[in-house]
Amino acid sequence: MDRKRFQEIWEDGLHHRSFVAGGILTVLMLSLAILSLIWTPYSVFTMNIAGKLQPPGELHWLGTDHFGRDVLSMLMVGAWNSMAVSLAAIGLGALIGIPLGLTASARKGWIDEAVMRFNDFAFAFPALLTAVMLSAALGPGSFNSIVAIGIFNIPVFARLTRGSSLSLFQRDFILAARIAGKGTTRICAEHILPNITSVLIVQATIQFALGILAEAGLSYLGLGTQPPQPSWGKMLSEAQTMMFFAPNLAILPGCAIVISVLGLNLLGDGMRDILDPKMRTRE
Amino acid sequence: MIQLKSQLKKFGLIFVAMLIGAFQSQAAKTHLNMGMVLEPPHLDPTAGAAAAIDEVVYANVFEGLTRINRNGEVLPALAKSWEISEDGLKYTFHLQSGVKFHDGASFDAYDVVFSLERAMAEGSVNAQKALFKPIAKVVASGNQKVVITLKNPTGHFLFNLGWGDAVMVDQGSSATNKSKPVGTGPFVFKRWVSGDRVELGPNPNYWGEKPALKTATFKFIPDAAAAVAAIMAGDVDAFANFPAPEMAGQFKNDSRFSVVEGSTEGETILSTNNQKAPFNDLRVRRAIAHALNAQEIVDGAMFGYGTPIGTHFAPHHPAYVDLKGLYPHDPEKAKALLAEAGFPNGLKATLKLPPPTYARRGGEVIQAQMAKVGIELELIPVEWAQWLDQVFRNKDFDLTIVSHTEPMDIGIYTQRYALMGAAQAVIAQDAVNGYLFQLAKLGIWNSNLSGLWENSPVQANDLTEVSWK
Repeated sequence: MDRKRFQEIWEDGLHHRSFVAGGILTVLMLSLAILSLIWTPYSVFTMNIAGKLQPPGELHWLGTDHFGRDVLSMLMVGAWNSMAVSLAAIGLGALIGIPLGLTASARKGWIDEAVMRFNDFAFAFPALLTAVMLSAALGPGSFNSIVAIGIFNIPVFARLTRGSSLSLFQRDFILAARIAGKGTTRICAEHILPNITSVLIVQATIQFALGILAEAGLSYLGLGTQPPQPSWGKMLSEAQTMMFFAPNLAILPGCAIVISVLGLNLLGDGMRDILDPKMRTRE
Repeated sequence: MIQLKSQLKKFGLIFVAMLIGAFQSQAAKTHLNMGMVLEPPHLDPTAGAAAAIDEVVYANVFEGLTRINRNGEVLPALAKSWEISEDGLKYTFHLQSGVKFHDGASFDAYDVVFSLERAMAEGSVNAQKALFKPIAKVVASGNQKVVITLKNPTGHFLFNLGWGDAVMVDQGSSATNKSKPVGTGPFVFKRWVSGDRVELGPNPNYWGEKPALKTATFKFIPDAAAAVAAIMAGDVDAFANFPAPEMAGQFKNDSRFSVVEGSTEGETILSTNNQKAPFNDLRVRRAIAHALNAQEIVDGAMFGYGTPIGTHFAPHHPAYVDLKGLYPHDPEKAKALLAEAGFPNGLKATLKLPPPTYARRGGEVIQAQMAKVGIELELIPVEWAQWLDQVFRNKDFDLTIVSHTEPMDIGIYTQRYALMGAAQAVIAQDAVNGYLFQLAKLGIWNSNLSGLWENSPVQANDLTEVSWK
């Protein structure tokens, strides 16, 4: 992507409402997550049982939980934990899925058939269910949730890569590259990938949101992030029996999940519109 | 005219229907849905240590020679009376007559001999074999009389015979009691839907006074939030041990429910695997004891329901010795002890947590307390069946949290009840386990129910006196 095109996209983006809204929400959550690495109002590992279940106030902006831990700090660290798992899972999915898709579309024949049948098989299981099943089998923990969520990302990237690169392989510039003597690997890296980057980025944004949901789901079930590390899902599950007298303990992590998933989805939708070449010609 | 007649008929039918409806709602309910957190691994109280077994079958399905009531007193059950010889060694039991097991087999002195000898036998799978240790021999003298001779006088013998582990079983059905319990009690076992519920029905041939309840269902709900929902929706009428103490205040303000705070025999401990390094080192165990803050665990995990303890003995018992001061909460001393034991930089260990709230939530508080002295704990939540298998049976653990709900079970450390006071001190000195708190019994049930136990002197949900208003 050259500079000019980038500038065009950026300008389009600023006029696109869902892109702006999604961008703001996402940047907000991401910066909270990154900030938690260097600073949180209180330590999330320190319990202060005498000061438990405080309502939001001056000392604790969002109150304290049943162990007297600062909810804001827990939400911040939880944001990092959940985003880190989701990002790593996307990385895993993309790292395996994209080469798979490229191989399938470049080689065709039985390799293509094998990859696609594997995809169909993987898609037959609901993504979240697969993650729960894998986590139950591998055992609880952040690393295993990355693997579990990553695995259901593989077919998503593989299918998308194959689908968008199949038609590219028919184009003249690929033929030209072939005539110039470039091998398939090089053609993939130099010509195919750059042309499908935008689709992949849009997909990654949506998978990012799904990953956050999946991580929250796993932690809610006790299979994801393990204590003492805070996570949104675990905060939700702990808040369940306290809903009647401390509803904010359930509402706040719930909001955090909604905001980040909504933000990423809006951002993804916006990016799809902006990057879509068809839409550009319409303008 | 014909039309009018049919109209009248219609009204008549409606009227009759209303009457029946009114009558039905007037009749007292005879069914109880009891909620429990843990599902029993099987239903034979003579072959397992899990409290959940007794909490379903004790006094309901199975009965012993004696029984223990809500106040912890020994009452006659299948033995209607007894005499004790002057030297305290010979117990003569006179049995109830006309007692039949649920499968129709009659109960007599030979069943007593069989049941006790089975429990005492070399290869017995009874979880509390110590209860039967003092018995020298059991002899039937006729059908209705049994003479038990002891090796040495045993003060708690009649009480011990009232434990769920000492219930009477029939030779014909004893092998299948795990899945199809056959006892002499007022309720018969109907059905067990694994993972969900156990259903009990009425015993029409019950020898004693028939209970007000006819049927009962024990529902197993391991999740605290689901337990709250179940009792609020009325799916469950009672929880003898409610898993969400934080909700007690809420239920107290709700006239539909009674909230009953009582005591249990459950000493909740941080159990250490003393066979395994580094926990075989007394200094490490003492460090753990100093790092613990029992009051904080009670407040944090149980919302104040529970009494800190210093040894393996219930504080409401007359022989209790307060040893809480032996290892005061002192993180600095804990660190020093760890350094002395060769762990100046702390150590790592795992803490396996069964499903009850006291364990899952208590584990998090303990993790935070241990972190302060450099002991890094990895929490491993396990299901109840896994816990019984890995931790209890195969000793595959570093640390675990469990509540010992057997009455006066200091016997698991010492057989000599006369030395209870000394024993309390010894096990506390050796910091055999981290002693946390006496589990409170937080009962929450429909306020129209009466007759449920307030305290748990033995592990039981005795339904014989329960009735609906």
